[in-house]
Amino acid sequence: MSTRLAKGGRLIDRSKTVKFSFNGKSFTGYQGDTLASALLANDQMLVGRSFKYHRPRGIVASGAEEPNALVNLGSGVTHEPNQRATTTELFEGLTATPQNVWPSLDFDIGAVNSYASRLLTAGFYYKMFMYPRAFWKHVYEPFIRQSAGLGKAPDAETRDPDTYEHFYAFVDVLVIGGGVAGLQAAKTAADSGAKVLLIEQTADWGGRSLVDGGSIDGKPAVDWIKDTLEALENMPNVTLRNRMMGAGVYDHGYALGYERLTDHAPKVAGPRHRLWRIRAKQIVTATGAIERPLSFAGNDIPGVMLAAAVRDYVVNHGVSIGDRTVVVTNNDDAYRTAIALNEAGLDVPVIVDAREFGGGALMEQAKALGIRVETGCGIAKVHGKKRVTSVDICKQAGEGAVLWSIPCEAVAMSGGWSPVVHLWSHCGGKLNWDDTQAFFRPDASRPPKGDDGEAMVRVAGSANGELGLNAGLQDATAVGQAAAAAAGFEVAAVAPQAAEEPETPIEPIWQMPQGAHYGLRLKSWLDFQNDVKVSDVQLAAQEGYESVEHTKRYTTLGMATDQGKLSNINGLATLSNALGEDIPQVGTTTFRPPYTPISMGAIAGEARGEIFQPIRKTPMHAWHEANGAHFEPVGHWRRPYAFVKSGESVKEAVHREVLATRNSLGLLDASTLGKIIVKGPDAGKFMDMMYTNMMSNLKIGKCRYGLMCTENGFLTDDGVVARIDEDTWLCHTTTGGADRIHAHIEEWLQTEWWDWKVYTANITEQLAQVAVVGPNARKLLEKLGGMDVSKEALPFMEWRDGELGGFPVRAYRISFSGELSYEIAVPANLGRAFWDKLLEAGAEWNVTPYGTECLHIMRAEKGFIMIGDETDGTVIPQDLGLNWAISKKKEDFLGKRAQQRSHMTDPKRWKLVGLETVDGSTLPDGAYAVAEGKNANGQRNTQGRVTSTYHSPTLNKGIAMGLVLNGPDRMGEVIEFAAVDGETMIGAKIVSPVFFDPDGEKQNV
Amino acid sequence: MLILECPYCGVKAEETELTAGGEAHLKRYGPGSSDDEFEGYLFTRENPMGVHFERWRHSNGCGKWFHAARSTTTLEVFGTYSAQTTEPPQEIKDKISARHPGWSWRDQS
Repeated sequence: MSTRLAKGGRLIDRSKTVKFSFNGKSFTGYQGDTLASALLANDQMLVGRSFKYHRPRGIVASGAEEPNALVNLGSGVTHEPNQRATTTELFEGLTATPQNVWPSLDFDIGAVNSYASRLLTAGFYYKMFMYPRAFWKHVYEPFIRQSAGLGKAPDAETRDPDTYEHFYAFVDVLVIGGGVAGLQAAKTAADSGAKVLLIEQTADWGGRSLVDGGSIDGKPAVDWIKDTLEALENMPNVTLRNRMMGAGVYDHGYALGYERLTDHAPKVAGPRHRLWRIRAKQIVTATGAIERPLSFAGNDIPGVMLAAAVRDYVVNHGVSIGDRTVVVTNNDDAYRTAIALNEAGLDVPVIVDAREFGGGALMEQAKALGIRVETGCGIAKVHGKKRVTSVDICKQAGEGAVLWSIPCEAVAMSGGWSPVVHLWSHCGGKLNWDDTQAFFRPDASRPPKGDDGEAMVRVAGSANGELGLNAGLQDATAVGQAAAAAAGFEVAAVAPQAAEEPETPIEPIWQMPQGAHYGLRLKSWLDFQNDVKVSDVQLAAQEGYESVEHTKRYTTLGMATDQGKLSNINGLATLSNALGEDIPQVGTTTFRPPYTPISMGAIAGEARGEIFQPIRKTPMHAWHEANGAHFEPVGHWRRPYAFVKSGESVKEAVHREVLATRNSLGLLDASTLGKIIVKGPDAGKFMDMMYTNMMSNLKIGKCRYGLMCTENGFLTDDGVVARIDEDTWLCHTTTGGADRIHAHIEEWLQTEWWDWKVYTANITEQLAQVAVVGPNARKLLEKLGGMDVSKEALPFMEWRDGELGGFPVRAYRISFSGELSYEIAVPANLGRAFWDKLLEAGAEWNVTPYGTECLHIMRAEKGFIMIGDETDGTVIPQDLGLNWAISKKKEDFLGKRAQQRSHMTDPKRWKLVGLETVDGSTLPDGAYAVAEGKNANGQRNTQGRVTSTYHSPTLNKGIAMGLVLNGPDRMGEVIEFAAVDGETMIGAKIVSPVFFDPDGEKQNV
Repeated sequence: MLILECPYCGVKAEETELTAGGEAHLKRYGPGSSDDEFEGYLFTRENPMGVHFERWRHSNGCGKWFHAARSTTTLEVFGTYSAQTTEPPQEIKDKISARHPGWSWRDQS
């Protein structure tokens, strides 16, 4: 059983016990434990179940690469799935539950899958769930949905109580990884005076050397780490951050750092996670290496762990995995585990070294301690179910005949080390296969490049393939120096020297034993979380999968939450063997950020709730809020859809607003409409290019309705243009179009007609604008007193500056409702006061503020088009019967040439008409008019569609506009529209789109 | 995320400050042009692996359009320059030639 030793554990404080719970049971650990070490200290070997076979799973690793020990952390609003126990620092009151278990961790029904594993091979899902087809919907999919997924997703109704934030940092050199190499690279770069940010994903600085020891410049590595850290802390140009992972490296020196501030101490105030958005001139990744498992039968049984992890738990936490640990290796490093266990007073019955001649100095040291070493051997099979009971030893060269069976509680395996090349590869750094050391390492001649075309990422230490302490230090010094130089800083650096015994080279072992029969390969795991075994990858190769990317998706190798940190190299080596190709030919899958999962909270940062997206508010917004406004989003604005009185539905409010405006007096807050000034000696010429109409000949004091098209001919915006003076035009745009249209005209001005003397300004927010609408509109303005607003002084489609009720105003006689209407603009700061004044003075005519729906209905009753309803990016003005607004005199305007293309002049283009249902009902929005026959896809042919549809309170019937084939030539004809169900047909008569007051008698008074 | 220096305001702008505007140095064809000319102007674009000239707008900054010469493969930026020109400045072409001898883009080299 795994237990806490009486002595040892450099990270734990035995005077401070910490209570926590796992799987509903209470446990205690010590401050300094991780959840993983504390579970092991309490003999909790079994921590979860695998994804496919629900096999018992124990802790394998001690760091970010852990594939098995994933837990649901916390509960209620702080519940979080898929948290790695190995990187979760223990705190008082921590609660965790295992994942993917049903009904319980100890007894899991899904484990029967394991017995059927010969059937559940690679590509099982693709093969099994194909037939019969009807089974997919009713049998397979419900079953897969129920059994899929690991942790439980948080309840959709809960809200995360923690806060998160984004940080921005700009540095000369960013060093990722705080091991010996990272510290040395950072120190070297910092000595040059460069601004350095050094980050480390764990709580501790020093990396593997803290456990593996060694001596640097004549002192113990631990002391060198302490001194170097202290020196860095005292440098003003250096920022140090622990518990911060380098999550990703992107274009032009952009990197993401993921800082976990309070995960280890949830009661501390402040943000929980911080996402650092870093721009660095140079990035140094010193991300170390990850140990690889060995592929032997039963390598997934709880108690089989990475050799370095076994060593970490003993040295860091004083935790023993078992009294007797068999060490199995193909390299020298695992001997350190045997020695560490021996020093802790634990038994290592045998070190099984697959290499014929064994290791070097470390082997001799182990032998001197009296540890039995068997070379040229491997493990045939591990026995045990929920924990290891014994191992069978065989010759590595053979097929698995058992030489000895050795009882033990733990197996420490080492298949060698793989440099962590993820961050190097994120932005295009290439790799080389190192045959001697059997791993992929960065190719410094093919680095990720910055905006200057030179290397922007450099790799130091074991991440660069320099696994030895001394080699790593020399490398880190050179890299730190090079990074500083590339960032524009010079430094003369001297590398520290580390004492190092030469190690005997690794011998790559991809299958143990070499000739393992099928029964053994069927139990040799590659991907522990997703249950991918040696036999699965071999089957994929046999079935014709040659690309590593395809094999990955077919077998799900490396697709689990650990993204293949442990399994990928073993998997692709197995694939290359099966294909008879070299490993470099097969290559790797793509490394994508983030390195390990980061929280959604960190990604969102502060952007939640009210500040998720800023809302634009008119000067009258507060009045709207206080008076029952039912808002709708229009661009970033919130506009009142209707003002709902108590006891009234939204629909009833709209009805009331229309009738009140038509019969007496309505007010609309039109401040959101875009207002763009176009000014300059060439402004008239420029306006003629922007609009389809002639704008240069518009007289000062007059207004004209104008259309804007894109260069490909489609109608993009409309609005009233006013000529202000000799060289100034004011363009009204749609609410949603203001910024877009301003950008559009600026684009043409800056990039095509840049020599024209024109300036533009978007003054939308400088003005508040109110539409005063209805038969009593003039009476209200006259009551306010001031400028002459009579028909003679201010005729339809003209504007005047003046004063009303003491307010400086610009009054436009324009109408989007067909009523007598004035749009009055006042400086924005006076908007609310002016609005209040109109309401007060208009009381005698039952002045009624109205919203956008009322506006829409009134414009539809008049047959006025609306951008976004009648247009959708495929509609040209000619489709809408707006030929009168397209100049024939002008040689050129945006869209003119495009509108001459054959498709645009096709007589079969659908044209705008009015539609009146036979039964008086309201047509469904977007409904299609059906035609005879079917198209090539077997769908019914269509001959038109509804673009706007409303119930008209004025006419008390359904009215609609739509685009119909040959529509204007078919007046009076009844065509059929399909209802939402696609079956019911609604007959509608084609009529003029102008339903109300066709002669304009109401607006022209 | 790219960084491009706005030639107008001098700010080294991050991609989030900018709006991409597609290929630079297009010649506009208006009324009177042939269908082929107009189609080419409206729809046909270079799509090179390597040197490219692009239009960008410093939309969340000074609002100005400018041009950038960069490599679509290495993301190297050879320079940014005024949008108010019909062809890339010689110094930028020289810089590209130093990196990519014999390069060409449309009729530029």
